[in-house]
Amino acid sequence: MGSGQREQFDNPVIEWVDSRLPVFTMMQREYGVFPTPRNFNYFWNFGAIAMIMLVLMIVTGIVLAMHYTADVTKSFDAVERIMREVNGGWLIRYMHMNGASFFFIAVYIHIFRGMYYGSFKKPRELLWILGVVIFLLMMATAFIGYVLPWGQMSLWGATVITNLFSAIPLVGDSIVTLLWGGFSVDNPTLTRFFALHYLLPFVIFAVVFLHVWALHVTGSNNPLGIDTKGPQDTLPFHPYYTMKDTFGVLVFLLFFVLVTFYAPNMLGHPDNYIPADPLVTPAHIVPEWYFLPFYAILRAITFDIGVPFTEIVIISAKLGGVIAMFGAIALWFVLPWLDTHPIRSARFRPLFRTFFLILVADFIFLGYIGSQSADATLFGIPLSYMGLAATAYYFIFFIAILPWLSRNEKGRDLPTSIHEAVLEQKKSKSEMSPEAAE
Amino acid sequence: MSTDNADDNSRRDFLQMTGAAFGAVGAVSFAAPLINSLNPAKDTLALATTEVDVSSIPVGEAKTVMWRGKPVFIKHRTPEEIEEARSVEISALPDKQADEERVQKPEWLVVIGICTHLGCVPTGQKQSDAHGDYDGWFCPCHGSHYDTSARIRKGPAPKNLQVPPYEFISDTVIKIG
Ligand code: HEM
Ligand code: FES
Repeated sequence: MGSGQREQFDNPVIEWVDSRLPVFTMMQREYGVFPTPRNFNYFWNFGAIAMIMLVLMIVTGIVLAMHYTADVTKSFDAVERIMREVNGGWLIRYMHMNGASFFFIAVYIHIFRGMYYGSFKKPRELLWILGVVIFLLMMATAFIGYVLPWGQMSLWGATVITNLFSAIPLVGDSIVTLLWGGFSVDNPTLTRFFALHYLLPFVIFAVVFLHVWALHVTGSNNPLGIDTKGPQDTLPFHPYYTMKDTFGVLVFLLFFVLVTFYAPNMLGHPDNYIPADPLVTPAHIVPEWYFLPFYAILRAITFDIGVPFTEIVIISAKLGGVIAMFGAIALWFVLPWLDTHPIRSARFRPLFRTFFLILVADFIFLGYIGSQSADATLFGIPLSYMGLAATAYYFIFFIAILPWLSRNEKGRDLPTSIHEAVLEQKKSKSEMSPEAAE
Repeated sequence: MSTDNADDNSRRDFLQMTGAAFGAVGAVSFAAPLINSLNPAKDTLALATTEVDVSSIPVGEAKTVMWRGKPVFIKHRTPEEIEEARSVEISALPDKQADEERVQKPEWLVVIGICTHLGCVPTGQKQSDAHGDYDGWFCPCHGSHYDTSARIRKGPAPKNLQVPPYEFISDTVIKIG
């Protein structure tokens, strides 16, 4: 950054600034002429969408914070006051509430896009790892944010999740006390959570910056998963992808606005409109929907792991669940070394494609299981068994299937270049319907 | 300047390593008080005892009081409940503890009403509540069953409901904490 050749600008003010701090040169290079593969499909919109959602969360969040008070006796009322008394406060809060959900929708699609098209593979490993860091930070931010309105789900969700750390041998209880600042989730917890909820989005912003920086070093992957070989394979980012991204963002925001205005509580839980009560636990505690697959993995481990035929327990069920849940995300960090197949895109790997689509279905099914109570059944079979099976597939996919496929899947022949593949596709389309071709 | 290059290098290494080591010690001593400030404050600790008059709790009933922000169950047990708690084979329990170890006076059971699984409040304080399969308490969150000594019998919770430190300061007043 800042080194190398500067662009020349006609506008004297821009030129004056740029010769002292070359931000305009940087913008021009990274977002103006930046060579971008010409064959993106709409899955490549979700990075830009996620970025817009992050900005939306920060802007609405800062305004909410101006009306909010972090205090167990006041927070619930402060949020209700935002909803009823503050001018347009209901809209700001509903944007923030549903914005979190839509942020996660965008990021989940973005992540699974990356897995499908092999965007995590060499040379983009670090870019991918930074993305997983962003995802973890988002989970922390959203979890903490959900505590702030201090409803029943805020309190009990926080209680159940912070208690997970008590499963850590020896130091677990001290860690939990340190997190709480007391002996239960209470005022000290709420105030520190608010401070962190304000901080973390800016940390996310910084990591997003690194993520995009790394992206601009390697360049984007594309649906074919083959490298760009020259100008015939790329388009300048502006106006081609600025326009395509704008279009995608607008369509996405349309859905966001529909939910925000017409079903703002659809993705939430009614119990969070009951003030927090440390003496009564809601009958059915569920986290926000975006945590459900991982929550199901947590609950799938209901057995101790120990030395057979003795009473010695090495990993208690509680610790096992916690390890499985964090492990499920930790696997994403090492994904570039689990799937080392030289072909990136699933288009040319039919076996990988099949197993991967099963994984996506498995993940969604885990989400469903996480939303049900622990003793629920489906078709007469206890859901907990299915949860265990679905968890098993999740881990087998990453730990066994991917390395095995990396060695044994042959894959289809790759096209020689992006522009040839694009032209080929055009030709076959125009042969089928001559009028449709330009 | 120096004539002995090798000697110079090892001195430089030494300086660098000591510098880094002192820097690390400095960083830790800076972080320690900040992190420690997040531990329970003095006033939070000071709230840590509660006195309860139990004379108003009839046999078979229970009362919930707050101690350290947590619910404490005080149960006035019936002779049948005491009998049920004491007739169990200890070796068959997940968290082996005799009822005698868990109470100071057999008719009074005092436990922290926090499920040892992930911290929900079990039901069973009211007669009309669900009491689980062992006539004690039931945690609805993930289905843990506790018996009349509040010991875990079935479900994911690993431990019996915890007995807080308490003492009878008179025949009818308990001091918890
Ligand atoms: C990564 C971006 C962010 C995410 C994912 C996020 C997520 C959330 C969530 C899930 C809630 C609970 C909504 C509810 O049920 O009421 C919440 C509440 C809140 N957030 Fe954020 N947030 C983000 C950024 C921010 C920022 C930058 C601020 C600025 C201080 C902020 C301030 C607040 C406040 C004051 C509340 C409590 C009011 C309320 O509950 O609506 N948030 N946040
Ligand atoms: S918290 Fe009680 S069973 Fe999980």
